Amino acid sequence: MKILVCVSNVPDTTTKITFTDNNTQFNTNGVQFILNPYDEIALSRAIELTDGGKGTVTVINVGEVNTEATIRKALAIGATDAVRVNAKPHDAWYVASQIAEYVKANPFDLILTGRESIDYNGSKVAGMLGELLDLPSVSIIKKLDAADKEATVEREIEGGKEILTIPYPFVAGTAEGVAEPKIPNMRGIMSARTKPLAVIEPVEVKTYSEVLSYETPAPRGQVKLVPADDAAKLVELLHTEARVI
Amino acid sequence: MSVLIYAENAGGKFKKSIFEAVTYARAIADQNNTNLVAISIGDVSKDELAALGKYGAEKVLNVSGDKLKNFVNQAYASIIAEAAKKQDADIVVLSNTFSGRGLAPRLGVKLQAGVADGAVALPEQNGGKFTIKKTAFSGKAFAIVELTSANKVIALVPNSYKVVETGGTAQVEDFAAETKDSDFKAMIKEIVRSTDKISLPDAEIVVSAGRGLKGPENWGMVEELAELLGAATACSKPVSDAGWRPHSEHVGQTGIAVSPNLYIAIGISGAIQHLAGISSSKVIVVINKDPEAPFFKVADYGIVGDAFEVVPQLIAAVKEYKASA
Repeated sequence: MKILVCVSNVPDTTTKITFTDNNTQFNTNGVQFILNPYDEIALSRAIELTDGGKGTVTVINVGEVNTEATIRKALAIGATDAVRVNAKPHDAWYVASQIAEYVKANPFDLILTGRESIDYNGSKVAGMLGELLDLPSVSIIKKLDAADKEATVEREIEGGKEILTIPYPFVAGTAEGVAEPKIPNMRGIMSARTKPLAVIEPVEVKTYSEVLSYETPAPRGQVKLVPADDAAKLVELLHTEARVI
Repeated sequence: MSVLIYAENAGGKFKKSIFEAVTYARAIADQNNTNLVAISIGDVSKDELAALGKYGAEKVLNVSGDKLKNFVNQAYASIIAEAAKKQDADIVVLSNTFSGRGLAPRLGVKLQAGVADGAVALPEQNGGKFTIKKTAFSGKAFAIVELTSANKVIALVPNSYKVVETGGTAQVEDFAAETKDSDFKAMIKEIVRSTDKISLPDAEIVVSAGRGLKGPENWGMVEELAELLGAATACSKPVSDAGWRPHSEHVGQTGIAVSPNLYIAIGISGAIQHLAGISSSKVIVVINKDPEAPFFKVADYGIVGDAFEVVPQLIAAVKEYKASA
């Protein structure tokens, strides 16, 4: 089985998000970038599914040269090879279009993405890829079992789950539950340095969205403390002041 | 020109998040002096469909059929896109539910439209410039995005827009859409819905607990408080990682983001990743024995105290309040 895992390079989860240039630019100063945690889950499952010579796992990233540390991390975790489309990931449409171009020339049985990137949270790349390639897509899966001709996936729905079977090839966005994230071992880290990382140039894509500026959530007022032995007071405040119960 | 809203049903009924999205789509139609058309796919009664008029839909397109009873991402996207074209709709609105997140990107490609996923406010339309506020950085920020395409797809975050009932009954029309066989490759085997519990993304009140509860055996009081308040239960990442609670309850940057009216955090310290997932909650209550817990800095109300003493008292107080109300 040939699996493609789409990965993005995102600020570490502990990052305090700030902006510069009149709130138009994300402040990357001092920010550590990591492999998007949901993509790490996709990659880990892909490696499990192809373990023992049952297939290959290619990772693809749309990014400039500074994302290569993250791509090497994916190779260290166990991907077979990697592709970097040498471009700034303008938006989901741009990224999906670049990956679709690559896949048209290099078909895969299964294409995985994380359910969303933790920076822009669009959860759009999986669906857009599905549409661009005319393949089924399923967003936010919690389980993925692969048989010869088809896979069984568990999709999250409000207050429950759906179990689906989908024939290959298809696209899926993975969430927690699909796999435990794998940690690279020393052998992985050593071999990652020499695994193939192809750099390809982007195709021209017309984009439909522009981020103009950012805002941070409005700060809350001072916390109102209620004595520990007066829970009734809290209930009263929630009813009469906050009006939420 | 018109606005099209996809009204997703759950087991034949519309939920509050759909009424929010219809109200919101009505407001966008008003911004553009145009009509609001809703589309429903699946098995929904005529009365339920006509009632979408209460929230501002003038017309409801009803698509039904055996193959379309349950959500099929590809087929549903084809139908909604076809309806958008036939109704001359240049703006398509969805609720940012799990299914909505599957549809929005496919619709974006089909309609050559910019997609604003996770929208939290009405768009601003000035001099041909269409901008919209959406969540970014997993709840740590918002982005103001301009959609530069002629067509637009907007997915509204549940619980971020207030339902307004204006009265009125929508005219219901059957809509026959063409689908191709290749749209039905994904087959649903089974749907599991827990009917006895309120689902976390839909909940207006969330009772959440963390490692401060010491073990899964102590969740009884969390569940009791949640049930009394009509709330969903949630947890922090260490708790779901340890297997004390299912992953579907994990709220935070790498779990689920919620925006309830009331979020009650019990024994959760308030790591930055957790706060990201709850920052758009309207009112936050924190119960923690450590007065230095970072969670108190973003809380509206707090109790410094041992959860094992405070929560049973809170349960008693809520019971008393409910008895007197």
